[in-house]
Amino acid sequence: MKTRRDVFQAIADPTRRAILLLIAAQAMTPNAIAEEFHSSRQAVSKHIQILTECELVKQQQKGREIYYHINSNKMKEFDKWIAQFKNTLETQFNQLDKVLLTMKNNKK
Amino acid sequence: MRNNLLFDFTVDKTTKTVFINREFAAGLSMVWDAFTKQEILDQWWAPKPFSSKTKFMDFKVGERRFYAMVSPEGQEYWSLQKYTSISPKTNFKMLNAFADKDENPDLPGSDWDLSFSEQNGTTKVSITIKNESLARMEKMIEMGFKEGITMTLNSLEKILMA
Repeated sequence: MKTRRDVFQAIADPTRRAILLLIAAQAMTPNAIAEEFHSSRQAVSKHIQILTECELVKQQQKGREIYYHINSNKMKEFDKWIAQFKNTLETQFNQLDKVLLTMKNNKK
Repeated sequence: MRNNLLFDFTVDKTTKTVFINREFAAGLSMVWDAFTKQEILDQWWAPKPFSSKTKFMDFKVGERRFYAMVSPEGQEYWSLQKYTSISPKTNFKMLNAFADKDENPDLPGSDWDLSFSEQNGTTKVSITIKNESLARMEKMIEMGFKEGITMTLNSLEKILMA
Protein backbone atom coordinates (compact mmCIF):
# COMPACT_ATOMS: atom_id res chain seq x y z
CA MET A 1 0.00 0.00 0.00
CA LYS A 2 1.23 3.44 -0.88
CA THR A 3 1.79 5.70 2.07
CA ARG A 4 -0.12 8.85 1.72
CA ARG A 5 1.13 12.24 2.73
CA ASP A 6 -0.38 13.55 5.87
CA VAL A 7 -2.25 16.86 5.86
CA PHE A 8 -0.61 17.84 9.13
CA GLN A 9 2.80 17.34 7.62
CA ALA A 10 1.79 19.39 4.63
CA ILE A 11 0.66 22.40 6.61
CA ALA A 12 3.48 22.21 9.14
CA ASP A 13 5.59 24.29 6.78
CA PRO A 14 5.07 28.07 6.87
CA THR A 15 5.68 28.49 3.12
CA ARG A 16 3.04 25.91 2.35
CA ARG A 17 0.58 27.63 4.66
CA ALA A 18 1.33 30.90 2.90
CA ILE A 19 0.75 29.26 -0.50
CA LEU A 20 -2.61 27.95 0.67
CA LEU A 21 -3.64 31.37 1.89
CA LEU A 22 -2.54 32.93 -1.35
CA ILE A 23 -4.44 30.58 -3.62
CA ALA A 24 -7.45 30.57 -1.33
CA ALA A 25 -8.15 34.06 -2.62
CA GLN A 26 -7.76 33.11 -6.27
CA ALA A 27 -6.44 30.30 -8.44
CA MET A 28 -2.84 31.00 -9.51
CA THR A 29 -0.22 29.69 -11.91
CA PRO A 30 3.03 28.26 -10.47
CA ASN A 31 4.95 31.27 -11.83
CA ALA A 32 2.64 33.74 -10.14
CA ILE A 33 2.96 31.82 -6.87
CA ALA A 34 6.76 31.71 -7.10
CA GLU A 35 6.87 35.48 -7.65
CA GLU A 36 5.27 35.98 -4.25
CA PHE A 37 8.08 34.18 -2.48
CA HIS A 38 11.76 34.77 -2.12
CA SER A 39 12.46 31.14 -2.89
CA SER A 40 13.29 29.52 -6.19
CA ARG A 41 10.71 28.30 -8.64
CA GLN A 42 11.89 24.72 -7.90
CA ALA A 43 11.40 25.14 -4.17
CA VAL A 44 7.91 26.49 -4.69
CA SER A 45 7.12 23.63 -7.10
CA LYS A 46 8.16 21.14 -4.48
CA HIS A 47 5.81 22.73 -1.95
CA ILE A 48 2.96 22.70 -4.45
CA GLN A 49 3.66 19.08 -5.21
CA ILE A 50 3.34 18.16 -1.54
CA LEU A 51 0.12 20.12 -1.21
CA THR A 52 -1.24 18.40 -4.33
CA GLU A 53 -0.26 14.94 -3.09
CA CYS A 54 -2.29 15.30 0.04
CA GLU A 55 -5.12 16.79 -2.00
CA LEU A 56 -5.17 20.18 -0.32
CA VAL A 57 -4.56 21.76 -3.70
CA LYS A 58 -6.04 20.91 -7.08
CA GLN A 59 -4.74 21.83 -10.49
CA GLN A 60 -6.70 22.91 -13.47
CA GLN A 61 -5.52 23.36 -17.04
CA LYS A 62 -6.59 26.60 -18.68
CA GLY A 63 -5.20 26.94 -22.17
CA ARG A 64 -1.45 26.51 -21.85
CA GLU A 65 -1.34 27.42 -18.20
CA ILE A 66 -1.87 25.33 -15.10
CA TYR A 67 -3.75 26.99 -12.28
CA TYR A 68 -3.66 25.83 -8.70
CA HIS A 69 -6.58 26.26 -6.39
CA ILE A 70 -7.67 25.14 -2.95
CA ASN A 71 -9.42 21.82 -2.62
CA SER A 72 -12.07 23.01 -0.22
CA ASN A 73 -13.51 19.52 0.22
CA LYS A 74 -10.29 18.34 1.76
CA MET A 75 -10.16 21.33 4.08
CA LYS A 76 -13.73 20.65 5.17
CA GLU A 77 -12.95 17.01 5.79
CA PHE A 78 -10.16 18.05 8.08
CA ASP A 79 -12.25 20.56 9.94
CA LYS A 80 -15.02 18.00 10.22
CA TRP A 81 -12.70 15.55 11.91
CA ILE A 82 -11.67 18.10 14.52
CA ALA A 83 -15.32 18.93 15.22
CA GLN A 84 -16.18 15.25 15.50
CA PHE A 85 -13.32 14.48 17.79
CA LYS A 86 -14.29 17.35 20.06
CA ASN A 87 -17.89 16.21 20.03
CA THR A 88 -16.94 12.64 20.89
CA LEU A 89 -14.85 13.81 23.83
CA GLU A 90 -17.67 16.03 25.05
CA THR A 91 -20.05 13.08 24.97
CA GLN A 92 -17.56 10.90 26.86
CA PHE A 93 -16.95 13.54 29.52
CA ASN A 94 -20.66 14.22 30.01
CA GLN A 95 -21.09 10.49 30.58
CA LEU A 96 -18.26 10.62 33.09
CA ASP A 97 -20.02 13.49 34.93
CA LYS A 98 -23.00 11.19 35.45
CA VAL A 99 -20.83 8.28 36.56
CA LEU A 100 -19.06 10.51 39.10
CA LEU A 101 -22.38 11.78 40.41
CA THR A 102 -23.55 8.19 40.93
CA MET A 103 -20.28 7.31 42.66
CA LYS A 104 -20.66 10.27 45.01
CA ASN A 105 -24.26 9.37 45.84
CA ASN A 106 -23.34 5.78 46.52
CA LYS A 107 -20.63 6.87 48.91
CA LYS A 108 -23.03 8.87 51.06
CA MET B 1 -23.61 23.00 38.18
CA ARG B 2 -22.01 21.64 35.07
CA ASN B 3 -22.11 24.95 33.28
CA ASN B 4 -19.32 26.28 35.45
CA LEU B 5 -16.99 23.44 34.61
CA LEU B 6 -14.22 24.21 32.22
CA PHE B 7 -13.92 22.49 28.86
CA ASP B 8 -11.06 23.70 26.64
CA PHE B 9 -10.21 22.09 23.37
CA THR B 10 -7.41 23.44 21.22
CA VAL B 11 -5.52 22.00 18.30
CA ASP B 12 -2.03 22.75 17.10
CA LYS B 13 -2.02 21.30 13.64
CA THR B 14 1.61 22.00 12.97
CA THR B 15 2.66 19.68 15.79
CA LYS B 16 -0.32 17.32 15.40
CA THR B 17 -1.26 17.96 19.00
CA VAL B 18 -4.62 18.32 20.68
CA PHE B 19 -4.86 19.98 24.11
CA ILE B 20 -7.86 19.40 26.33
CA ASN B 21 -8.70 20.76 29.77
CA ARG B 22 -11.80 19.52 31.51
CA GLU B 23 -13.02 19.99 35.07
CA PHE B 24 -15.10 17.48 36.98
CA ALA B 25 -17.25 18.07 40.05
CA ALA B 26 -15.57 15.38 42.11
CA GLY B 27 -12.47 14.85 44.20
CA LEU B 28 -9.11 13.84 42.77
CA SER B 29 -9.20 10.21 43.97
CA MET B 30 -12.56 9.60 42.40
CA VAL B 31 -11.64 11.14 39.04
CA TRP B 32 -8.31 9.29 39.02
CA ASP B 33 -10.19 6.02 39.60
CA ALA B 34 -12.62 6.86 36.81
CA PHE B 35 -9.70 7.09 34.37
CA THR B 36 -7.69 4.17 35.66
CA LYS B 37 -10.12 1.45 36.75
CA GLN B 38 -11.61 -0.91 34.24
CA GLU B 39 -15.09 -1.19 35.74
CA ILE B 40 -15.52 2.61 35.85
CA LEU B 41 -13.89 3.25 32.46
CA ASP B 42 -16.32 0.90 30.79
CA GLN B 43 -19.20 2.98 32.11
CA TRP B 44 -18.20 6.14 30.27
CA TRP B 45 -15.33 5.67 27.82
CA ALA B 46 -17.41 4.89 24.75
CA PRO B 47 -19.59 7.69 23.41
CA LYS B 48 -23.20 6.52 23.24
CA PRO B 49 -24.65 4.63 21.40
CA PHE B 50 -21.33 2.76 21.52
CA SER B 51 -20.38 0.76 24.59
CA SER B 52 -16.95 0.04 25.98
CA LYS B 53 -15.85 -3.51 26.70
CA THR B 54 -12.47 -4.03 28.37
CA LYS B 55 -11.08 -7.47 27.73
CA PHE B 56 -7.90 -7.01 29.71
CA MET B 57 -6.50 -4.23 31.85
CA ASP B 58 -3.53 -4.00 34.17
CA PHE B 59 -2.80 -0.42 35.16
CA LYS B 60 0.98 -0.68 35.52
CA VAL B 61 3.87 0.78 33.55
CA GLY B 62 4.62 -1.55 30.64
CA GLU B 63 1.19 -3.12 30.92
CA ARG B 64 -1.93 -2.36 28.95
CA ARG B 65 -5.65 -2.07 28.50
CA PHE B 66 -7.13 -3.97 25.59
CA TYR B 67 -10.69 -2.94 24.90
CA ALA B 68 -13.35 -2.61 22.26
CA MET B 69 -15.85 0.05 21.35
CA VAL B 70 -18.95 -1.91 20.50
CA SER B 71 -21.48 -0.43 18.10
CA PRO B 72 -25.24 -0.89 18.65
CA GLU B 73 -25.10 -3.52 15.87
CA GLY B 74 -22.46 -5.44 17.83
CA GLN B 75 -19.49 -4.49 15.67
CA GLU B 76 -16.31 -4.39 17.76
CA TYR B 77 -13.52 -1.84 17.22
CA TRP B 78 -10.48 -2.87 19.24
CA SER B 79 -7.87 -0.56 20.74
CA LEU B 80 -4.77 -1.03 22.78
CA GLN B 81 -3.50 1.40 25.41
CA LYS B 82 -0.02 0.78 26.68
CA TYR B 83 0.96 2.57 29.89
CA THR B 84 4.34 4.22 29.60
CA SER B 85 4.42 6.26 32.83
CA ILE B 86 2.32 6.46 35.99
CA SER B 87 2.55 8.94 38.90
CA PRO B 88 -0.40 8.01 41.10
CA LYS B 89 -3.14 10.65 41.28
CA THR B 90 -0.99 13.11 39.35
CA ASN B 91 -0.24 11.93 35.84
CA PHE B 92 -0.15 8.99 33.50
CA LYS B 93 0.95 8.52 29.93
CA MET B 94 -0.10 5.95 27.41
CA LEU B 95 0.35 4.96 23.82
CA ASN B 96 -3.02 4.53 22.19
CA ALA B 97 -3.46 2.51 19.01
CA PHE B 98 -6.20 0.77 17.12
CA ALA B 99 -5.77 -2.99 17.04
CA ASP B 100 -7.30 -6.12 15.62
CA LYS B 101 -9.16 -8.60 17.81
CA ASP B 102 -5.90 -10.47 18.42
CA GLU B 103 -4.22 -7.45 19.98
CA ASN B 104 -2.02 -6.60 17.01
CA PRO B 105 -1.69 -2.81 17.08
CA ASP B 106 -2.22 -0.71 14.00
CA LEU B 107 0.69 1.73 14.33
CA PRO B 108 1.36 4.61 14.45
CA GLY B 109 -0.87 5.43 17.34
CA SER B 110 -1.06 8.53 19.48
CA ASP B 111 0.63 9.51 22.73
CA TRP B 112 -1.69 10.57 25.52
CA ASP B 113 -0.49 12.53 28.54
CA LEU B 114 -3.08 13.02 31.29
CA SER B 115 -2.54 15.26 34.34
CA PHE B 116 -4.86 15.53 37.31
CA SER B 117 -5.16 18.28 39.92
CA GLU B 118 -7.77 19.23 42.48
CA GLN B 119 -8.86 22.62 43.74
CA ASN B 120 -11.82 23.23 46.07
CA GLY B 121 -13.35 19.86 45.36
CA THR B 122 -13.15 20.25 41.59
CA THR B 123 -10.70 18.11 39.67
CA LYS B 124 -9.08 19.33 36.49
CA VAL B 125 -7.85 16.84 33.93
CA SER B 126 -5.41 18.15 31.31
CA ILE B 127 -4.89 15.91 28.31
CA THR B 128 -2.32 16.25 25.55
CA ILE B 129 -2.68 13.98 22.54
CA LYS B 130 0.20 13.84 20.11
CA ASN B 131 0.98 12.31 16.76
CA GLU B 132 -2.41 11.58 15.43
CA SER B 133 -1.87 10.86 11.78
CA LEU B 134 -4.54 11.86 9.34
CA ALA B 135 -5.09 8.23 8.40
CA ARG B 136 -5.87 7.49 12.01
CA MET B 137 -8.31 10.36 12.23
CA GLU B 138 -10.09 9.17 9.14
CA LYS B 139 -10.40 5.77 10.71
CA MET B 140 -12.14 7.32 13.68
CA ILE B 141 -14.63 8.95 11.35
CA GLU B 142 -15.25 5.62 9.63
CA MET B 143 -15.91 4.09 13.00
CA GLY B 144 -19.16 5.94 12.93
CA PHE B 145 -18.94 8.71 15.47
CA LYS B 146 -21.19 10.68 13.24
CA GLU B 147 -24.30 11.17 15.29
CA GLY B 148 -25.31 14.63 16.26
CA ILE B 149 -22.35 16.39 14.75
CA THR B 150 -22.93 19.91 13.68
CA MET B 151 -20.23 20.75 11.28
CA THR B 152 -18.91 24.22 11.65
CA LEU B 153 -16.93 25.53 8.80
CA ASN B 154 -14.37 27.98 9.90
CA SER B 155 -12.65 30.32 7.56
CA LEU B 156 -9.59 28.96 5.87
CA GLU B 157 -7.28 31.12 7.90
CA LYS B 158 -8.70 29.83 11.14
CA ILE B 159 -8.37 26.25 9.97
CA LEU B 160 -4.78 26.71 9.04
CA MET B 161 -3.57 28.88 11.84
CA ALA B 162 -5.49 27.46 14.78
